[in-house]
Amino acid sequence: MPVRVGIPRALLYYYYFPMWKKFLEQLGGEVVVSGRTTKGILTRGVQRCVDEACLPIKLAFGHVQDMVDKGVDYIFLPRMVSVARREYICPKFLGFPDMVKQNIPGLPPVIDTAVNMRKSSRDINQFIWQVGAVFGKSPLQSWLAYRQARQVHNRYIKLLEQGLLPEEAMQVLAGKEAPQADNNADLTLAVIGHPYNIYDPFISMNIIGRLKKAGARVLTPDNLTEQMVNQGVSRLPKKLFWTLSRRMTGGALEYQRQGKVDGIIHVAAFACGPDSMTGELIERYIRREGKIPFMSINLDEHTGEAGVITRLEAFLDMVRWRRTAG
Amino acid sequence: MKVTFPHMGYMYVPLKAMFKYLDIDVVVPPPCSKRTLTLGAKNAPEFACLPLKLNIGNFLEVKEQGADTIMMAGGCGPCRFGYYAYVEHEILKDLAVDYHLVVLEPPEKHIGELLTRIRQITGNRPWIKVINAIRYGYLKARATDEIERMSYQIRPRELKAGATDRALKQAIDEIDRADSPGTLPAALNRAREIMQAVPVDKNRPVLKVAVIGEIYTLLEPFANQNIERHLGQMGVEVDRSIMLSEWINDHLFMGLLKNVRSSQRFRKVASPYLNHFVGGHGEETVGSAVWYARQGFDGAIQILPFTCMPEIVAQSILPRVSEDTGMPTMTLIMDEHSGEAGMITRLEAFVDLLHRKHEQKEALTS
Ligand code: SF4
Ligand code: SF4
Repeated sequence: MPVRVGIPRALLYYYYFPMWKKFLEQLGGEVVVSGRTTKGILTRGVQRCVDEACLPIKLAFGHVQDMVDKGVDYIFLPRMVSVARREYICPKFLGFPDMVKQNIPGLPPVIDTAVNMRKSSRDINQFIWQVGAVFGKSPLQSWLAYRQARQVHNRYIKLLEQGLLPEEAMQVLAGKEAPQADNNADLTLAVIGHPYNIYDPFISMNIIGRLKKAGARVLTPDNLTEQMVNQGVSRLPKKLFWTLSRRMTGGALEYQRQGKVDGIIHVAAFACGPDSMTGELIERYIRREGKIPFMSINLDEHTGEAGVITRLEAFLDMVRWRRTAG
Repeated sequence: MKVTFPHMGYMYVPLKAMFKYLDIDVVVPPPCSKRTLTLGAKNAPEFACLPLKLNIGNFLEVKEQGADTIMMAGGCGPCRFGYYAYVEHEILKDLAVDYHLVVLEPPEKHIGELLTRIRQITGNRPWIKVINAIRYGYLKARATDEIERMSYQIRPRELKAGATDRALKQAIDEIDRADSPGTLPAALNRAREIMQAVPVDKNRPVLKVAVIGEIYTLLEPFANQNIERHLGQMGVEVDRSIMLSEWINDHLFMGLLKNVRSSQRFRKVASPYLNHFVGGHGEETVGSAVWYARQGFDGAIQILPFTCMPEIVAQSILPRVSEDTGMPTMTLIMDEHSGEAGMITRLEAFVDLLHRKHEQKEALTS
């Protein structure tokens, strides 16, 4: 029987799932994903996690709990310290495996090997070997497995850069048809936010889906190449050392610079540390220029859906009105 | 050029001394107050951590006194502090409050990087003078730390309520007034004498509680609602996990000075609870709880600003440390809505609990 490895549908799932899945499968594991976010998953996360944590961390607790309930042999929770030189994700990612281990009882063994490329991208080899060793693979076998995974990742990134959203790109990788571009859309909006916020339809109250339904084409920072993101972020006085925030801020500023979007919506999580800083920067830079309509939405477990819908509608009206007036 | 900087406890004492020594005009912001916080909270992002809000308040208040250059420390992540100065600068820009900003980032490799940045403020004053100024500032920080530590011992044993606080203020002023490296030792001696003159009951039994957590809320009494004073007056001897001079040595001097207390001792014992650094002092917070428990402390209180990322990691791990070591811990979260009265109530309940535990322990061992 293959070893069943659980991956929570949370945090960096939307960036790395295709790669991790391939890697673990090549090593001989069978990958199990936690269910789509539901009220129940969120509630169980909230119960296990300290009140003061941000929404995405609480939700991730819920997804880990879901994996425990599914009875997997291992849970894959790499300690995501850094995925780029001289950058970090966020302090909570650095401590997440420990937070989980001290608070969720009955955990199966956790694969919490650190991914730390802060000093050099070659440091990923450590991670590859150590994870491979869990499955009894040699460094060479592990490296070969990772090389295949990397190819999947590169294809995934290409698909995102062509304008697909993560779920769509994963479908394409799984052999399904790419969705048709919506030619009826009369507006293009950029939705800026952490991947685990904007791509989780439950947590984001399906903002992206709603915008599309209302006739907007939606772009996210992940549809930009790394170069474009960096060009956007180069306007800041100092390098942003959080990878996700750099992508968000760079994305917003680049969309603003290109002038191809009709509006920008920033989605922040309640009590998110980096968001409180980058949200502020993005908003100030965009409002100072005053060319593109901007709106910020804060998500927490008590955010009312009705309020968000009303604000989205009002924003769409405003954007459309500005277009006809301008 | 009139240089200013944000408040953090007694940090103004060494900084003022350094600037004066170098003949640089310096304006110290008014002490943090309700007004500072109101000004800051009004203009800062809602979910920014408390120190950022108070910094903004400091800068707005001190602008009224003619400051034009901000000197601040920085960092390279992953906690927000590394981007503080820049976000603050953008906010001030939009308020049309003009400042020249100099950020002294902790050197990545070598202390020379730090010195280069200091140059932006010190101009062409000779290096040796700058180095002497830094040494002088550090000695002042050591002196204020020593006096503060004395107050931890004296306050729970004072015979007249409030005597320690009055002495502490006088003693710190004494150190603040010393206007050259030459006069500092004598001033420190006078300060010690002032503290020693407070009448105490040496035999009074006291509880020992460590105050641990995020550095700013530990060091800035306005931000922690004078927690040390309240604990002392409840008959608790406190120890604070981070003192100013230790932080300067650990972070700005990269641990250059050996044989002084360092947060290294906490980091060593954070594992197996927290196995990685998490920015800020999160790892040290977990380790300090372990360390103080081993030192036989009766309890530990973690203080953090609302939304502080490293401390939230620590907070979620402390209950386990407490369970394993048997030392109760409590977490206090500070923001602009926290009131002093509410905190005192919680402190009293915690101290009661510690008394009960203490008595149980005595009964068992006697
Ligand atoms: S980046 Fe923000 S939302 Fe994500 S874990 Fe950190 S604090 Fe939470
Ligand atoms: S340690 Fe906490 S309070 Fe201090 S800057 Fe970092 S996040 Fe903010």
